[in-house]
Amino acid sequence: MIRFDSVSKSYPKQSRPALREVSLDIAKGEFVFLVGSSGSGKSTFLRLILREERASHGQVHVLGKDLAKLSNWKVPQMRRQLGTVFQDFRLLPNKTVAENVAFAQEVIGKPRGEIRKAVPQVLELVGLGGKEDRMPGELSGGEQQRVAIARAFVNRPALLIADEPTGNLDPQTSVGIMKLLDRINRTGTTVIMATHDQQIVDQMRKRVIELEQGRLVRDQSRGVYGYQH
Amino acid sequence: MRAQFVMSEIGVGLRRNLTMTFAVIISVALSLALFGGSLLMSEQVGKMKGFWYDKANVTLYLCNKQDAQEAGDAAAKNGTPGVATCAKGAVTEDQKKQIEAELKQMSLVKSVAYESADEAYKHYQERFGNTALASSITPDQMQESFRVKLKDPEKYKVVTSAFAGRDGIHTVDDQRQAIDDLFKILNYLNMAAIGIMLIMLVVALLLIVNTVRVSAFSRRRETGIMRLVGASSFYIQVPFIMEAAVAGLIGALFACAMLVSGQYFVIDHGVGLREKIQLIDFMGWGSVLAKLPYVLFIGLLMPSMAAFIALRKYLKV
Repeated sequence: MIRFDSVSKSYPKQSRPALREVSLDIAKGEFVFLVGSSGSGKSTFLRLILREERASHGQVHVLGKDLAKLSNWKVPQMRRQLGTVFQDFRLLPNKTVAENVAFAQEVIGKPRGEIRKAVPQVLELVGLGGKEDRMPGELSGGEQQRVAIARAFVNRPALLIADEPTGNLDPQTSVGIMKLLDRINRTGTTVIMATHDQQIVDQMRKRVIELEQGRLVRDQSRGVYGYQH
Repeated sequence: MRAQFVMSEIGVGLRRNLTMTFAVIISVALSLALFGGSLLMSEQVGKMKGFWYDKANVTLYLCNKQDAQEAGDAAAKNGTPGVATCAKGAVTEDQKKQIEAELKQMSLVKSVAYESADEAYKHYQERFGNTALASSITPDQMQESFRVKLKDPEKYKVVTSAFAGRDGIHTVDDQRQAIDDLFKILNYLNMAAIGIMLIMLVVALLLIVNTVRVSAFSRRRETGIMRLVGASSFYIQVPFIMEAAVAGLIGALFACAMLVSGQYFVIDHGVGLREKIQLIDFMGWGSVLAKLPYVLFIGLLMPSMAAFIALRKYLKV
């Protein structure tokens, strides 16, 4: 599903590379936590998968494609198979819940009939049945994140990327979100989640990848957030 | 892609930047009105040129006794006889025949008409009637002349150089010279209009670039999400380009309205130049209407191009 082959990434104007010689494989259907302190390279790692950045050295394969060889105009096609969720939700404040979810389908040209069927279904799945016509501003943080997850999942992506999805939520709400992500993972969707939330990582007991100053320092199946020293 | 969705996005975008949209519409309208105006003006000038050149003659004025007298007086004063025209006296019958024969031989000449002093006097009286000036003139003072029409009006200088300064010829007067000066002025005016049009067009395009930048910034949330869910760059860019195109088209429609009402109110009715200046053969509706597609086309194309170029810079896709 995803393969990094001694990938390095340096940004112009920065002496220290953001990623150094990272190699790893992520198989289809896995649930992976990406941990590490701020500036460790987590965001760069995710941006490389989304092809928002290109690797300086090494190869990034996503969904069987070498991203270095993927031409710019084919990138949108590739991104349609990925779902993304962020800490700040990124909802459109002037659209209702249903419209926000439908937006993800409208902009890739899905027929209207299909959208009308898929949107209530996915809202039901994330536990927002009956809140289709609410505005994002009227919802709690946890509910807004559910809308974002619904939008990321409505096109049934093969891979869901979540960048600190619980970063703005209280622990109890976070648990709900994690249960939802776990459920999505069980449908066969690969989930990669960057997080700082120790409790969540320790509870879930999934594969943990740790980055430190751009290097891969730990890759552990059924791992915890950090070594207890 | 769904048209209704795209259209509603365009409407939202245009309303959000209402003041900027107005600025774009006005500057596009002005520049395109000037563009259409200068197209019409150069067509009008071309038409007038044909009309006037056709009517204009080269006139060879012949020396009469009075001219000879004056030339003699002047020569006596300066002590250099024979320099001024008509110094060798009034035109003789032989000279007249010679000049007429030579004129008729020139391949350039279409027709030659002789006007006697008496005829000239009659024409003069007709034109100036019973003014003080007219009553002080006698037939003696009028000059005989040859009125020459040319096959190719542009070549009047050949006649001028062949006959100017000959014995018996007072002056060679080509009316085209005067007309040329008029056209030169019209030409400068037209160039000035084109210059202003270009400046306005640049202003319009810069405004569009700025509008696109602002609207790309205010919609970065939408475009960011579009990008993440895999909307094609074309799909993301189309609303911005359409916004510019719609604003440009509205501006072009205003420009068309200005041209049409210019023809209607200034030339046909209202000021009514066609009625007042009958010497000028003004162009008709056909010419005006023929320019409108160009105005609309440019009004649609230029803003879209400007938006497209601006998007390369301000919208990451």
